Amino acid sequence: MNISNLFKIAFRALNNNKLRCFLTMLGIIIGVASVITMLAIGQGSKRSIKKQISEMGSNMIMIHPGNMERGGVRQSADDMQTLKLDDYTAICDETEYVAAVSPSVQSSGQFINGANNYPSSLYGISQGYLEIRKISIDEGEMFTDRDIQSAAKVCLIGKTVADNLFPDGESPVGKIIRFNKIPFTIIGTLVPKGYNSMGMDQDDLVLAPYTTVQKRVLAITYLQGIFCSALSEELTEQAIDEISILLRRNHKLTAHEEDDFEIRSQQELSSMLTSTSDMMTLLLACVAGISLLVGGIGIMNIMYVSVTERTKEIGLRMSIGARGIDILSQFLLEAILISVTGGIIGVLTGVGASISVHAFFKWPIFIEPMSVVLSFAVCTLTGIFFGWYPARKAANLDPIEALRYE
Amino acid sequence: MKNKEIIRLDHIKRDFTVGNSTVHALRGVSFSIEAGEFVTIMGTSGSGKSTLLNILGCLDTPTSGEYYLDGVAVRSMGRNQRALLRNRKIGFVFQSYNLLPKTTALENVELPLMYNPNIPARRRRELASEALEAVGLGDRKEHKSNQMSGGQQQRVAIARALVNDPVIILADEATGNLDTRTSYEILVLFQQLHARGRTIIFVTHNPELSAFSSRNIVLRDGHVIADEYNQKQASAADVLKTLPVENE
Ligand SMILES: Nc1ncnc2c1ncn2[C@@H]1O[C@H](COP(=O)(O)OP(=O)(O)O)[C@@H](O)[C@H]1O
Ligand SMILES: [Mg+2]
Repeated sequence: MNISNLFKIAFRALNNNKLRCFLTMLGIIIGVASVITMLAIGQGSKRSIKKQISEMGSNMIMIHPGNMERGGVRQSADDMQTLKLDDYTAICDETEYVAAVSPSVQSSGQFINGANNYPSSLYGISQGYLEIRKISIDEGEMFTDRDIQSAAKVCLIGKTVADNLFPDGESPVGKIIRFNKIPFTIIGTLVPKGYNSMGMDQDDLVLAPYTTVQKRVLAITYLQGIFCSALSEELTEQAIDEISILLRRNHKLTAHEEDDFEIRSQQELSSMLTSTSDMMTLLLACVAGISLLVGGIGIMNIMYVSVTERTKEIGLRMSIGARGIDILSQFLLEAILISVTGGIIGVLTGVGASISVHAFFKWPIFIEPMSVVLSFAVCTLTGIFFGWYPARKAANLDPIEALRYE
Repeated sequence: MKNKEIIRLDHIKRDFTVGNSTVHALRGVSFSIEAGEFVTIMGTSGSGKSTLLNILGCLDTPTSGEYYLDGVAVRSMGRNQRALLRNRKIGFVFQSYNLLPKTTALENVELPLMYNPNIPARRRRELASEALEAVGLGDRKEHKSNQMSGGQQQRVAIARALVNDPVIILADEATGNLDTRTSYEILVLFQQLHARGRTIIFVTHNPELSAFSSRNIVLRDGHVIADEYNQKQASAADVLKTLPVENE
């Protein structure tokens, strides 16, 4: 029998049982649609995390005090004072793979401009911070080394802070705001960066010289952290090793003592986050795959019913000259048509669902062409796999028995 | 004039094993049939008629003996070769019509040609059309099988048996499900086909029908107990005229 006749026969059979076909297809439709949607969401969030991280500076290295035991008691990082200004200057002067360095001290509280006030974070940093975090200045200027030396009461503010403290839209540059009763002169505003993938507002910050925050706000002499950037993302490892050796020497740690600091890199964070999202994707894909399997079993079930129901028809076809292979192809094709049609509808539904998710929940999505191709291939295979046994059962029927079947 | 021999049976035996016992459905049947014959095979229920017809139709293979169809020895053939024979040389008519449901008369008749890759779709439709016209259903081509009466359905089935231009038409109790009048109408159709040169084997348990064929073979317990030529073939059309007309 030629292919076009085969298709004609299979279409006719499916057409005679539209509702049942559709219900069988539904399993496949749901399976494929969920595979595509889940992968689109998973891939979308992974991509957006990666993008955010590279925007934040993928070569960033963060050093925090930590990991120090005194008398067996582990202390919280905030209370530790192991990072000193010396460490910062050492990293500045004695490293090869580090591009920019900035100390970091931080305080949170209310910023006040007349009747307007807004809670935000005050970061005490040096000029290198802008390069490390890929922050640009919108209006005004960055503070200078002299401001740092004199612990000048100057600051730069992010867009969120500016919008809240200056709701009338006037330029904040040159204005004075108060934090902890300390008047800060705004010398610049920052180019907005929007929300990051974890939903944090990256424009909700105020930058000031670290000396100012240390002396005037926190009254401390140690550093809460040091931010660095490696020369490139690839050199992050080398930079970390270098810094680690330097800090151990500075802190006079012997070989069997643990580090009293902790070095984290953005690269590490990035791979941690993407591996979490990879895992989620895998999990979602598994769940979706199982529903595809259930859909396949649905096909097998309905094909068995169909073969039993049409035993007499099979007998008749054999009596007028259908060979076993013709019967096998017919039923196999029916199964494949169900699964492939279901697959097509499923792909469309999945793409539609992904786009809706993006439209309604503002979730990032990414439909990988490969996932469409793959779920389509899986569908066809499902059809062949689960259609095979019922089709073979039909092909092996004895024509006389089949004709006599009531 | 000696006609071409279409069927030759040589000591055909067919045993069925049911549990521990063996049923001898056919115990050595021999006869031959020439082109243009209209043969009725009669016998009581269980005498082996269907078993014989299944063997003639290449649906079943005999336990022993040889069967030649149109000069070809069938017994040694494989499943696929027998399927090919059924497709090209045999037309079946069943007691229960066996039409595909929800399918038009034309498509039902086309079906055997679907399994013949040498016939293109257009030719297939033409042949099916002609076959339907030959059985008097030229105006019912697009009717679905379930919208037709039993007699009409059997006509469609006969058209389906004709469409591949077989060397022989095999009918198993073809009138068994029909009322008397419709039975005679079908019989008239078979006689017309016979008159046009078709070779027909008509299996029935109804002795009355033997009068309308050109030859009678009677089976009992798997043996041929009578094989007679009918010199005075009755006309089914004449009988039909004597039957009261029912209003449909
Ligand atoms: N598949 C089978 N298995 C066992 N016995 C069978 C089978 N087919 C037919 N028979 C037996 O063979 C005999 C002839 O049956 P059959 O040819 O159907 O008779 P008829 O058609 O003349 O009524 C019966 O005794 C029947 O029970
Ligand atoms: Mg019978």
